[in-house]
Amino acid sequence: MQKITREQLIQKASELLENGTVSAVLGWGIGEFDYDVTPTVFSTVEELKNGFVFNDFCGANFSKYLVKKTDKIEGKILVFLKPCDTYSFNQLLTEHRFDREKVYAVGIPCEGMADIAKVKAISGDGIAAIGSDGDKLVVTTLYADEPVVIAAKDVLAERCINCKSKKHVAYDELMGEEGEVIESNRFDEVARLEAMTADERFAFWQNELSRCIRCNACRDACPACTCEKCVFDNPNSGVENKSPANEFEEKLFHIIRAYHVAGRCTDCGECSRVCPQNIPLHLLNRKFIKDMNDFYGEYQAGAEVGGRAPLVDYTTEDLEPGEVFDRGDNNA
Amino acid sequence: MQRVGVFVCWCGSNIAGTVDVEAVSEALKSEPGVVFSTNYQYMCSQAGQDMIKQAVKEHNLTGIVVCSCSPRMHEATFRKTAAAAGLNPYMVEIANIREQCSWVHKDMLTGTEKAIILGKAAIAKVNLNAPLIPGESPVTKRALVIGGGIAGIQTALDIADAGFPVDIVEKKPTIGGKMAQLDKTFPTLDCAACILTPKMVDVAQNEKIRIFSYSEVTEVSGFVGNFEVTIKKNARYVKEDICTGCGACVEKCPMKRIPNEFNLGMDNRPAIYIPFAQAVPKVATIDPNACNMLKNGKCGVCSKVCAAGAIDYTQKDEYINEKYGAIVVATGFNPISMDKFDEFAYNQSKDVITSLEFERLTNAAGPSAGKLLRPSDGKHPHTIVFVQCVGSRCESCAEKGKEYCSKICCMYTAKHAMLTRDKYPDTEVYVFYIDVRTPGKNFDEFYRRAVEEYGVKYIKGMVGKVVPEGDKLKVQASDLIANKQLHIDADLVVLAAAIEPDKSARPLATMLTASMDTNDFFTEAHPKLRPVESPTAGVFLSGACQGPKDIPETVSQAGAAASKVIGLLAKDKLTGNPCVANSNELMCNGCSSCANVCPYGAITYEDKEFRMPDRTTKIRRVASVNPAVCQGCGACTVACPSGAMDLKGFANLQIMAEVDAICK
Repeated sequence: MQKITREQLIQKASELLENGTVSAVLGWGIGEFDYDVTPTVFSTVEELKNGFVFNDFCGANFSKYLVKKTDKIEGKILVFLKPCDTYSFNQLLTEHRFDREKVYAVGIPCEGMADIAKVKAISGDGIAAIGSDGDKLVVTTLYADEPVVIAAKDVLAERCINCKSKKHVAYDELMGEEGEVIESNRFDEVARLEAMTADERFAFWQNELSRCIRCNACRDACPACTCEKCVFDNPNSGVENKSPANEFEEKLFHIIRAYHVAGRCTDCGECSRVCPQNIPLHLLNRKFIKDMNDFYGEYQAGAEVGGRAPLVDYTTEDLEPGEVFDRGDNNA
Repeated sequence: MQRVGVFVCWCGSNIAGTVDVEAVSEALKSEPGVVFSTNYQYMCSQAGQDMIKQAVKEHNLTGIVVCSCSPRMHEATFRKTAAAAGLNPYMVEIANIREQCSWVHKDMLTGTEKAIILGKAAIAKVNLNAPLIPGESPVTKRALVIGGGIAGIQTALDIADAGFPVDIVEKKPTIGGKMAQLDKTFPTLDCAACILTPKMVDVAQNEKIRIFSYSEVTEVSGFVGNFEVTIKKNARYVKEDICTGCGACVEKCPMKRIPNEFNLGMDNRPAIYIPFAQAVPKVATIDPNACNMLKNGKCGVCSKVCAAGAIDYTQKDEYINEKYGAIVVATGFNPISMDKFDEFAYNQSKDVITSLEFERLTNAAGPSAGKLLRPSDGKHPHTIVFVQCVGSRCESCAEKGKEYCSKICCMYTAKHAMLTRDKYPDTEVYVFYIDVRTPGKNFDEFYRRAVEEYGVKYIKGMVGKVVPEGDKLKVQASDLIANKQLHIDADLVVLAAAIEPDKSARPLATMLTASMDTNDFFTEAHPKLRPVESPTAGVFLSGACQGPKDIPETVSQAGAAASKVIGLLAKDKLTGNPCVANSNELMCNGCSSCANVCPYGAITYEDKEFRMPDRTTKIRRVASVNPAVCQGCGACTVACPSGAMDLKGFANLQIMAEVDAICK
């Protein structure tokens, strides 16, 4: 259950629309299902009242939408940012991807979002409606006589269980109270993979990545993937429009993507959230983050605008490449 | 599609001995684009080059692949050949089938297989080559010499002599370097000061030379012919142009107990000091860590006694920006620290000293006015043990010493031993050595004189331990030839400490993007053929910063570096390298990753208007590369997430084509 309500958000957005601070609102809109919330641009108070939702399924990170939307809208656009979204927001500003002047950012608190796969695992398929009752979700399905009541904390998304920060690192206005950066256990799973032998790890990723259908959802949702022209869409790159034709191709896409966002990924977890095949893609990025922390000192992408990005920064204390090689799992 | 000609070189038997050249030229015939393929004994010879020119004409070739030695050797040759045949010189690719193939393989079968693969890769690349045209850049006719020791002094004098202005940056308050600290110099035994100080005076009087003493280089940008350098002039709290060097302040300064660096801490100097009598510039310097006035505002004696009014306690560090066409590194060397060599009791006894300290002890301007006296009690030593190779040739003790030979120690130890016996015939002198290395004109004669005429006792073997006991130093050593242990009661032990590059060299190399070896000596562009040039264009090497050297060698290398600088500065324009980065504006995100990694500052950003597919216009931030500054390192192409940044002549597609050809 979120601490802030749909009504409070609509009221805030309406105020800012009416007093002319912003001319549009980027928010969560009603989708096909209660759990299928869709990012939507609202231009009037009327639209907000009819279409704006806020519930435990509003995981979408809006930062990336600003790259395109700020160009299309006259005046400022209001964006609601959860703490994790603010890191992406800063990272995009670092990369000069949108004009800060065109955005009015409102930080909102977040109690963690639900993972629909976990809900379905308890309720079963055929979800007709999801309501909320305090810190419980009330799930009505086509096949069960009684609604299934699930504690929200039991179906928290992985990225929210391992939430790295309740603190907003960027905003114009903050609703609710400011939180803190949290000591999370987000690298535990990476450590488990590192402990495997090379063969076990290869088998793990082969199993996971073999499900990839190359829908590009991870790339399209990723706030680090905002290139004017993605290499996977560029006929001159030699890797464009590849389908997962063989084992090599299906891994290649994700490995190239992980390299491209290395040092820029804020670990927002959108890649894994949107993956229709439930591939834990965030683990690839987290491995990079963990290694960079080890090699070049703790670094959180997006913690500040213009921050020291270890992969495009040189200091005399940097590790020699040979040392990186030695620390790797080269003998396995 | 290109029309490619393939030319396989035998390099005499260098390649043909391990690679079946006939099979290579035959196999490459059927590669895509290849219309002609042949092999020849020496492709780089006139006859070989003519063969290429003829083939270009006969077969209308548009691209050339030469399978030969490293492109470092003959790429320039074959580019000229292509140009003479009417092709763009950048339509030539070299497959290195010598260094990367015949020289590293012993077996004909594997050597041939690899040569074919390397040839295929070069063909795949040349198929994607495009003609490139280099730009030109002007040359700033001024040189910078970093380091004011004998190497820097000689280089500066030679460059100035050719009529070009030179600046010397020296971090110490005076130029002169290590040579100024020496007593006599081998093998002729003339006094170091007598031969060095006239050169120092020449530098001071030369109108073309400016000296920035007590200064350091803090920033370098730009490229060959066009370096921009920031020099930090440390505040010396004395106005250089007013100070007459009279020394009244030095005499009157009440803070007199500061260890004197020039005498290696064996005596003291005041807080305001002139390092030595012949210092250039002869100007006093205040040590801010010792001066009472600077530390807590109490004193001001020097200011009162200075008749010229040169003292300025409010002086600040000054930053000077200057442009240079060439930079010479002459940062020199230092003896290594003896802290890790506990076995020689250097830190336990004042009477265990390094050879450089011995130089100061025997120097007339030194702490004992040239009398050889023990530092501990001022008595004359009667038994002296010299230990050679302390930290040099230290294969088993790399963590405390150096693996290389420091080169100068054999000769200066012979000198020390000889001079001691000459002045004090009642002194027993022992020299412990691994080998005595004396190549050089009149060097071996010099060493033999020490043994034969002066009776210095040379013992092959190492000193294992030195233990101070009473007023003696118990030296335990082995005599390898007599195969016995020796115990000597010495009064003085002199350690020939290994030498290492100055600590300022490593950060300087980073600023200059000049490469270094694992010992922090600067690397030369070619160890035999380009010994005074760094691989970074426009950066030259002079003296011991490149490797251990004695004075004659340093001076000749300094002159060689100067002649290379003069050759560069004599040119009005330099032809650039067309293999530079290029940004595809349509794909650029303006994210700054490329500019962040560019070591040359070649990338800037501009806001550009773009017409969008829906006929609107949009202003986007895009990268733009200054081709005169770009050195073609390719770091930006790797950092660019969208692949908008690419390197001409080494495009991502070309490299992928090479990899594909190798992996097929």
